[in-house]
Amino acid sequence: MATLELSIDQDVAVSPIRRTRRLGPLFWAAIAWMSLVFAAAALASLLPFSPTDMDMLERRAPPSALHWLGNDGLGRDELARLIYGARISLTVGLCAPIIGITIGGALGMLAGYFRGRFETLVVGSMDVLLAFPPLILALAVTAYLGQSILNLTCILGVLGIPAFMRVARAATLTLARREFVIAAQALGATHARILLRELLPNVFLPLFAFFLLGVAVTIVVEGALSFLGLGVPPPISSWGSMIGEGRESLEIAPRLAFIPAVTMFLTVLSFNLVGDTLRALTDPRQGAL
Amino acid sequence: MTEPVLLSVEGVAVDLPTPRGNLRAVDHVDLTIGAGRTLGIVGESGCGKTMLSRAILQLLPKKAKLSGRVMFDGQDLVRLAPERLRKLRGRSLAVVFQDPMTSLNPVLTIGTQLVETLQEHLELDGNAAKRRSAELLAAVGIPAPEQRLAQYPHQLSGGMRQRVAIAIALSCEPKLLIADEPTTALDVTIQAQILDLLAREQRRRHMAMILITHDLGVVAGRTDEVAVMYAGRVVERAPTPALFKKMRMPYTEALLAAIPKIDAAPHTPLPAISGRPPDPTRPIQGCSFSPRCRYAAGQCHREKPLLAQAESVDHQFACFHPIQVAAGVRA
Repeated sequence: MATLELSIDQDVAVSPIRRTRRLGPLFWAAIAWMSLVFAAAALASLLPFSPTDMDMLERRAPPSALHWLGNDGLGRDELARLIYGARISLTVGLCAPIIGITIGGALGMLAGYFRGRFETLVVGSMDVLLAFPPLILALAVTAYLGQSILNLTCILGVLGIPAFMRVARAATLTLARREFVIAAQALGATHARILLRELLPNVFLPLFAFFLLGVAVTIVVEGALSFLGLGVPPPISSWGSMIGEGRESLEIAPRLAFIPAVTMFLTVLSFNLVGDTLRALTDPRQGAL
Repeated sequence: MTEPVLLSVEGVAVDLPTPRGNLRAVDHVDLTIGAGRTLGIVGESGCGKTMLSRAILQLLPKKAKLSGRVMFDGQDLVRLAPERLRKLRGRSLAVVFQDPMTSLNPVLTIGTQLVETLQEHLELDGNAAKRRSAELLAAVGIPAPEQRLAQYPHQLSGGMRQRVAIAIALSCEPKLLIADEPTTALDVTIQAQILDLLAREQRRRHMAMILITHDLGVVAGRTDEVAVMYAGRVVERAPTPALFKKMRMPYTEALLAAIPKIDAAPHTPLPAISGRPPDPTRPIQGCSFSPRCRYAAGQCHREKPLLAQAESVDHQFACFHPIQVAAGVRA
């Protein structure tokens, strides 16, 4: 057979072309909204007004120069409650999926990589957890351990574990049979190294996209639980409990329910938009065959 | 062969349990390869070539059962402690896989994949490992290696990726390189380049190489010895020149005849081997090639021929009716 030597012009290969990435105005709007919410939540304690000071004469007062978004049914400043509520919603909304992604992701990867009895055990126990009605679990835990932000976060976190486990396991199952894993083994990599260096970067992408979706869902679920009175204890405000409280005066002052609802809607939408865009941008496999 | 024996495969058999019964993928294979020598393993798809290479590396699927011994450098790999085996892989034993599209991690840069292997086995610090990675990429014929280190596998062509895979395999100066159909997934013009690259690096580094392929043409000029496999068994084994001068096993002849000739007239039918390889879950009596062999006679269907010596010590084949006439071969 004839030998063909590669003769690529050095200059051509020196600067591999980088694709310019377009993000679009929607992405930036979402980022701006998220920054605003995060900044407000972080700087809430610097605000000159309190979310719990009541002014009984100003109940359901319309927006004014002093109270930009008006007052709620108990005469508390709506804007202050909204901002303090952002703290709770974001804390729970971020911490619960972090519990889910850590425990669920680890279990899923181990189950998908090692298979065997461990996998059966993990999948079985997750099925049990999935079959358990989440509302009953939330009721039972709050009744037993009391209503607190920590308990709420833990409940929502634990409820998220099975979904994260399934995403991680499914991704690991398909990846663990790919040749690069065998190649890593052939190069003398340990199980820990294969899991952390070869598989984790691959599994992390779908898991992170799912995480952002999980944040959005958790914020909504926390709202629903607070609406039902299972969320944060009063007088602490969260967006969900604000909607719940606003429901009582829906005919007189509908804005009391709508303002937190719109805030929640925009925040959840931003998380989804940013999540989708980031996934599309950071996935180096998009260019693969 | 004057070189000391580096790897000797002794009576290796691999059984895979399947829903349809036990599948014998590799059936008592004996092979030896000396330090710095090259061995070609040739056979059609499903004849057990890949399973044999995985058996040597101890990377068989979990359910597979392996018997026999794989002696590498005086140690039996089958019975070696996992930790020592792990240290041996990559360091002394390396492998290049068939498909460079899947054998590189898609989400890590080429640099990361090379550097980590180097750090793992040679305990180099970051900068030294990076310098050496660039040298390795240059050695396998990748232009602008420093820039390539920062790229992801999907930014490279198939041939480039296979060069990277070879660079990773060569990174720790292994004593034995197993190339499992390294060019099957590449187009023909790249094939020759990759094979020549492998041959060049093999000579330069004085490492032994097992070249697994289904193409007799590939092993022709590039190996010292050839083993032809069929249905999990080695059916003919000889030094490469001897094999091409005087092949004895009808299967080898059929394999060679199945290579398309570049100077054949257009629309010449390709002389394919009729029939299919036997179902490995149902072992057949007699020679496993007999149903497809044009020389097969009564004895072939009843008894299994054993690997026996031909004229020279090195030339072995398993056939009752070996080809007598010298096959005219253009390699």
